[in-house]
Amino acid sequence: MIEFHLDGRSGVSPYLQLVHQVRHALRLGLLREGDQLPTVKDVVARLAINPNTVLKAYRELEHEGLVAARPGVGTFVTRTLADSSLAAHGPLRQELRRWLTKARMAGLDDESIEALFMTTFRTAAQEDIA
Amino acid sequence: MNGTAVLQARGLGRKYGRRWALRDCTLDLPAGHVVGLVGPNGAGKTTLLKLAAGWLAPSSGGISVLGGSPAGGPAQLAKIGFVAQDTPVYPGLTVADHLRLGARLNPGWDAALARERIARLDLDPAHRAGKLSGGQRAQLALTLGLAKRPRLLLLDEPVAALDPLARREFLQTLMEAVAELDLSVVLSSHLVSDLERTCDHLIVLVDSRLQVAGEVDDLLATHHRLTGPRRDPGRLPAGQDVVSAHHTDRQSTIIVRTDTPILDPA
Repeated sequence: MIEFHLDGRSGVSPYLQLVHQVRHALRLGLLREGDQLPTVKDVVARLAINPNTVLKAYRELEHEGLVAARPGVGTFVTRTLADSSLAAHGPLRQELRRWLTKARMAGLDDESIEALFMTTFRTAAQEDIA
Repeated sequence: MNGTAVLQARGLGRKYGRRWALRDCTLDLPAGHVVGLVGPNGAGKTTLLKLAAGWLAPSSGGISVLGGSPAGGPAQLAKIGFVAQDTPVYPGLTVADHLRLGARLNPGWDAALARERIARLDLDPAHRAGKLSGGQRAQLALTLGLAKRPRLLLLDEPVAALDPLARREFLQTLMEAVAELDLSVVLSSHLVSDLERTCDHLIVLVDSRLQVAGEVDDLLATHHRLTGPRRDPGRLPAGQDVVSAHHTDRQSTIIVRTDTPILDPA
């Protein structure tokens, strides 16, 4: 089962953070069809957040066709976002690890690595659009 | 129960002597929400809560709570729970005394819920309330407020005096109660960080006046902080309402309210 966490400094609203975490887990194959999401009560007790926030996130996921609520039982994954590219994740992760080691050896700290990755990612994405 | 108003205020005001503690407040709070009431000290938060609880009468305008007048008799009072500032309890009475008192004074008292919560919190019923820690006292006051089984629970700065851990535990208990019971909540704080995770609705009071009220997600979606090279806020695109603007030699930070997406302000 997936375990949620919240980043208070991200500026992303809590309900969207929950939605993103489920989508992430679906993309990475960590959540599969038939898996149950934590009950609203469990999430509320774990994160000390408003139950309406959890309900809103689950409704949004339901609207996207990713999960379905079975009244009195719970909320279940109905569709996966992991596609045929999942097989490529392993080798790509390894390359990324090697790159991270290189970056650390070159003296970059976590923040520099993140900044470098994000600017390169954004520039590349913009070039693709252009 | 979602959709109906738990609290409606029309031009509501309250004066202490010559000073207005709250003025011209018009407000609709839908049911089933956890509403955060924020503002600096002295902005009128306590006054608004006391008006809703029926502890104070309005000097102008009107307020209705769950469809009735706040001090409109025992049936009305039974529908509202109010945990006043600093979560007051009777220091000389034991935890068990508090529960007995709650059962005597409240027609809808849920004794099972009260006992179960006291056990879950690991409070000794024979303990005097004066000997409890701040966090335990706050939890006891919350238990009394919940066991009354109100439809609307008002809490005035419930976590202000608590350390971060007790604060989290208190808000956790409150959120679990909201998940379990059919309950609307209004809770005040002068710290927005207390309310970020717990509230889905926000009311901001400044200088006795209502500044903004609405769903947190809507407010976040329509307010933006723009930071960039120094510029004149007057030259922002039409439809961007400037809430505040700060400038240094080189940089401007502007908070705007707008329904339209923010484009690169270059």
